[in-house]
Amino acid sequence: MHDELPQEATLIAEGVRFGTVSASQVLDDHLARIDDREDDVHAFNLVLADEARVRAAEIDAIAADGRDPGPLAGVPVALKDNMCTRGIPTTCSSKILGDWKPPYDATVVTRLHDAGAVIVGKTNLDEFAMGSSTENSAFGPTRNPHDTTRVPGGSSGGSAAAVAARFASVSLGSDTGGSIRQPAALCGTVGVKPTYGAVSRLGLIAFGSSLDQIGPFAHTVDDAALTLEAISGHDPSDSTSIERPPLDLRSKMPMGVAGLRVGRITDLPSGASPDVQARLDEAFDALAAAGAEIVDVEVPAFGYGLTAYYLIAPAEASSNLARFDGVRFGSRTTAPDTNQMYMATRTDGFGAEVKRRIMLGTYALSAGYQEAYYGRAQKVRRLIANDFAAAYAKADVLLTPASPTVAFEIGDKASDPLAMYLCDTYTIPSNLSGDPGMSVPFGTGDGGLPVGVQVLAPALQDHAMFRAAAELERYMQSRQNGANA
Amino acid sequence: MRRAGSLARVSERITTADVSKVATLARLTLTDDELATATVELGAMLDHFAEIDALDLDDVEPMNNPTNLVNVMRDDVVGETLDRDEVLAAAPMAEDDRFRVPPIIGLDD
Repeated sequence: MHDELPQEATLIAEGVRFGTVSASQVLDDHLARIDDREDDVHAFNLVLADEARVRAAEIDAIAADGRDPGPLAGVPVALKDNMCTRGIPTTCSSKILGDWKPPYDATVVTRLHDAGAVIVGKTNLDEFAMGSSTENSAFGPTRNPHDTTRVPGGSSGGSAAAVAARFASVSLGSDTGGSIRQPAALCGTVGVKPTYGAVSRLGLIAFGSSLDQIGPFAHTVDDAALTLEAISGHDPSDSTSIERPPLDLRSKMPMGVAGLRVGRITDLPSGASPDVQARLDEAFDALAAAGAEIVDVEVPAFGYGLTAYYLIAPAEASSNLARFDGVRFGSRTTAPDTNQMYMATRTDGFGAEVKRRIMLGTYALSAGYQEAYYGRAQKVRRLIANDFAAAYAKADVLLTPASPTVAFEIGDKASDPLAMYLCDTYTIPSNLSGDPGMSVPFGTGDGGLPVGVQVLAPALQDHAMFRAAAELERYMQSRQNGANA
Repeated sequence: MRRAGSLARVSERITTADVSKVATLARLTLTDDELATATVELGAMLDHFAEIDALDLDDVEPMNNPTNLVNVMRDDVVGETLDRDEVLAAAPMAEDDRFRVPPIIGLDD
């Protein structure tokens, strides 16, 4: 392993573009760490070493030829295994997809490729992205690189762990209720859920279509911004894609936080452990010291997010997952007639948590209950969006914990679905409203484990969120440099 | 139509027969043990969700997606499509350029 090689995406891309470092060297450096630690961490369902070597050599040839390989030139990227890769197995960590090889690439995969990135593998997740620990995978749990007795969070736990273990420089995850931000917090990486509609969902296997959004994990805020700029922007093939150019983040980040109004939610649901709360308090102080104005805001319906979400997301999932019926893709369990084949294929193919959510969603949508459950949940969703809008009239960004606690032990919450659902208390509301949110590593809590602070912003103000995040990162780096001096 | 206030203590009313019906709708087969567990779990979750009973939502417009986009259409022109052979190759069974399934009608059961 070559510790002198760049790890950060911005530095790798710059080095490869200007010929000071080769994409192949950078890739080998990452593959060596995968060889060394992947057996312990299990971040990947599939490592694409051969394909990545071919691509890295192509990138080097383009650079040697005097052409520009793109803004992510030679950057090793890991993909959550719910994003379609043409001809390469895409499993959602479920038995039901079998050895399915998609006949097309997700739009984000095409955009990464066009930007010069090198895809190193497909990462583990909670089956169909349902979970907060990456324990609910047909291929076994992913472990937290900071302490392999603990979970990495979820559902994008493999993508978070891949960056934390430096198996990849950046990775992509999907976030339906916190599935990027919570594992980012637990693994000590940056993790971003952009504005709903900013990144195409074409080729992201759907869980909750009105909530799902793809975003990056990265070592730094700037790396996350670089990646998000490359994958965002309108896609005519996704009807929920916003008709706007790619997000403009990096040009705004140098503005700093002077004059930025940072909201403290005074009626935020309790539940954050004292170590996490202490970091959040410090984050407000850090931004205030850098010139931000701290303002108190209320988001009264915030606490109802969990209930609305656990009716809406399973309802959408029960509908989306109806397509897994043994006809067009994945596995099939043979049976004498088609209806029995559907039942047998789904019963064999889905794991326990997926079945639990399909059942809950089907119940919430069934005759006689739809208005009482799904209909009321949609109204609560509106209340939450309205409350956020009122808060954002007073504040440019809001700060909350990303996760109520640091990483917990593997098996700790495995038998208690409701306890697991509480992991996403602070992340869910912005999925319901469609607003962006990100987790920024901000020191450590109990056991020396990473803590993430969540920055929230109104829709399409992702750049304001990145300005605050960059300042938090700057503060923490200077504090740590001071401690080491 | 159920009214606000009707969601409390669902766990006292929900039966294994209700849950069995939901499983059938979802095309899932549950064993008797799984059915018993699912009934308790579903009831407990729905009890928890009764907290939204207390909210006055009469004048609130439901929200079904964050973008407020409605029926996004494209021009009706021929574009690129997926390769048929590649799609069928990924299916569990295919024959004569079609997906092959077991009999749909004609069986007595």
